Amino acid sequence: MSLPVLTPWSAGTIADRARRVAELVSTPLLPADYLDLFSPLRKAADLRGRVLAVHVETSDAVTLVIRPGRGWRGHRPGQYVRIGVDVDGVRNWRAYSLTSPTATTDGCITVTVKAIPDGKVSQYLVREITPGTIVMLDQAAGDFTLPPQTPAKVLFLTAGSGITPVMGMLRNAIDAMGDIIVLHSAPSAADVIFGAELRALADRGRIRLIEQHTHTAGMVSPEQVAALVPDWAQRQTWACGPSGLLDAAEKHWSAQGIAHQLHTERFRPTVLATGEWGTATFAKSGVSVESDGSTPLLQAGEEAGVLMPSGCRMGICFGCVVPLREGSVRDLRNGEITIAAPPDTVLIQTCVSAAAGACDIDL
Amino acid sequence: MTATLTQAPTTEPATAPKSPARNGSRLKVTRPAQRLPQQKASGKPDPTAHLSPQQIEELGTELDAIREEILASRGAGDAAYIRKVINTQRTLELGSRAVLLFSLFPPAWFIGTAGLSVAKILENMEIGHNVMHGQWDWMRDPKIHSQSWEWDHASPADLWKHSHNELHHTYTNVIGRDNDLGYGIMRVDEDQRWVPAYLGQPLYNFLNACLFEYGIAAYDLEIGKYLKGRKEKETFRGDGKKVLHKIRQQMTKDYLVHPILSGPSFLPTVGANATANLLRNLWTHSVIMCGHFPEGVQTFAKSSIEGETRGEWYLRQMVGSANISGSKAMHLMTGNLSHQIEHHLFPDLPSNRYAEIAPKVRELMERYELRYVTGPLHQQVASAWKQVIRLSLPNGTWQEAKSNPLVVARLGAAAAAHYGTKTAFRVLGRVTARTA
Repeated sequence: MSLPVLTPWSAGTIADRARRVAELVSTPLLPADYLDLFSPLRKAADLRGRVLAVHVETSDAVTLVIRPGRGWRGHRPGQYVRIGVDVDGVRNWRAYSLTSPTATTDGCITVTVKAIPDGKVSQYLVREITPGTIVMLDQAAGDFTLPPQTPAKVLFLTAGSGITPVMGMLRNAIDAMGDIIVLHSAPSAADVIFGAELRALADRGRIRLIEQHTHTAGMVSPEQVAALVPDWAQRQTWACGPSGLLDAAEKHWSAQGIAHQLHTERFRPTVLATGEWGTATFAKSGVSVESDGSTPLLQAGEEAGVLMPSGCRMGICFGCVVPLREGSVRDLRNGEITIAAPPDTVLIQTCVSAAAGACDIDL
Repeated sequence: MTATLTQAPTTEPATAPKSPARNGSRLKVTRPAQRLPQQKASGKPDPTAHLSPQQIEELGTELDAIREEILASRGAGDAAYIRKVINTQRTLELGSRAVLLFSLFPPAWFIGTAGLSVAKILENMEIGHNVMHGQWDWMRDPKIHSQSWEWDHASPADLWKHSHNELHHTYTNVIGRDNDLGYGIMRVDEDQRWVPAYLGQPLYNFLNACLFEYGIAAYDLEIGKYLKGRKEKETFRGDGKKVLHKIRQQMTKDYLVHPILSGPSFLPTVGANATANLLRNLWTHSVIMCGHFPEGVQTFAKSSIEGETRGEWYLRQMVGSANISGSKAMHLMTGNLSHQIEHHLFPDLPSNRYAEIAPKVRELMERYELRYVTGPLHQQVASAWKQVIRLSLPNGTWQEAKSNPLVVARLGAAAAAHYGTKTAFRVLGRVTARTA
């Protein structure tokens, strides 16, 4: 949607020249804006995917089968993909672990989503999304993956939806791993995502599965790990689950001096303290100010000497809009809270927004 | 940085907790104890004189409630609406341009030109204007966002947003602050001081209608301000380059690239594109004239907005704007600027929702004994043109001319000869001084 710049015809390759001609035809839009009407999944388009099917896994988890656009570059088992979905008309981005085999004949990928209470996006994906919906995608990312030399003895320590990246590994590399133990916590047997598949693998002797049902037995503690898996210290361990489990595991593995054998993946939910005031940081300007909950960020920034764009100073002209990189702000007109968490910035109107907690403004 | 509000609430019990934003904003939080009716230069009465400061703040609270209701229900349906309009417009434009590849054949020329005209109008009105207002920023879709949008228009988005969103919408109808009032070249209210240059305004207005997008580009460039020495030469040059670059791209597309693609239909395609641009200019000019020029719309003196409260700002928007009544299709083609009053009250609400709040705004204005200026398109256009013609003459002359046409004509001719020469020399002097 930016304006193409006219450059001499002689410059660049034939493809460049063709692109420039196409831009002259489509200005002020880009050719892509028209092509998106007909072919949103083509190779050069912004990466999107079409939801082909929604499979129910448990009462609060589903697997989405997504056909990614032709620009999808594939993934390694254990990685996640960021998905942008419109919930109530508002675009939200979340990361979900990929659970599909890396090489499929149909080129589709799957992610498995567990609905968390009050989770705007997960609730939408589990309860509302319908096949045919187009979602935005990013390329796969993440370091929670198996090394090229797969270890002989492996422990997967998981809880809840923490099983999802591990399932991605099992489905892809189960033959490369020798001795596999999966120690998984879930509220009850029915709540185990991929329960049937895991139990089938265990029955065939491919893995040793230890299920801990937390409704009756509580969350697995590191001490229990040692009791349930006596040779845990000889194993390479991949752990994924709630922060409490991972924190305890990291402490325990460090205490034994084998922290390098533990690999963790954290799903960080974007929960931020939203109070009446906070520290507003303008990183590019090198300024940080304590701002109260009733002072517009525009004013706070100006008083601290930051060069703030501004306009009507009453919330109508959108001349003061800047990206909020991280943190929470309150709309002073109605008290609505807007939250941003990296890597997604949210554009905010500084003239009617006050700090509702620590916030990092991209200025 | 401490809020002045902490000291203020004693005088502002009702709205204080809701409005901490007014602190540090252009608008005042505290309500004046009393208000005096506006003294108008023309002696016209102030139609808001009967309202007490308290009533004005109550009116503001009611309007805030209407806004909150829309915000609370804004969602997937609205997002689907704007995406549908954008997709329809792009498909229509592509289709029309494809048909125009064969514009040598008259039926293709007519169908293509009609389709392209409609597509161009939709693109500027319901899409461009409203997206650049930030009406759809809440969707957080970077492709449909006020910060990234560029439109099919001679004026670049960032210049337009400054002069329109920031100046016109903040200072609506304030004489000397809002350049939209007669676009800085015309007199559309008795309270604007008359100078002889206004005699030519029926002609300027017609020319402006034909070349409206270039008129807006020149206006957004603030040429008048520059000539008066109130705009930095550097800024003016930079902005000028942006405008010329944009115009070159627009012209290259409509009058060179698409005609070349049409091959033997080169000239008919040039004609079709020129016709579509002309029709859009005439249409948008008519619609926009109806927003603030018709009879019954109020203007304001600079001094009257000092220390303005939110309620007073709302009041100014309501009595300073006029609507157009009509069908759904009409509202769509005007970009819902047919709901000018609602748009000026809530410029950042999605345009598809103005129709549903219009009856509430109308009821509220009638309850507060304020005139809700509205009428069908032809009536409002005629009213605006009548103002342009009538006010090209000094106050009272129009009525005088009806009874004593000969006397007025003679006096007019003498005055025109005198002032015309003087003005020509003055303008010439100013231009040469500035460009030297």
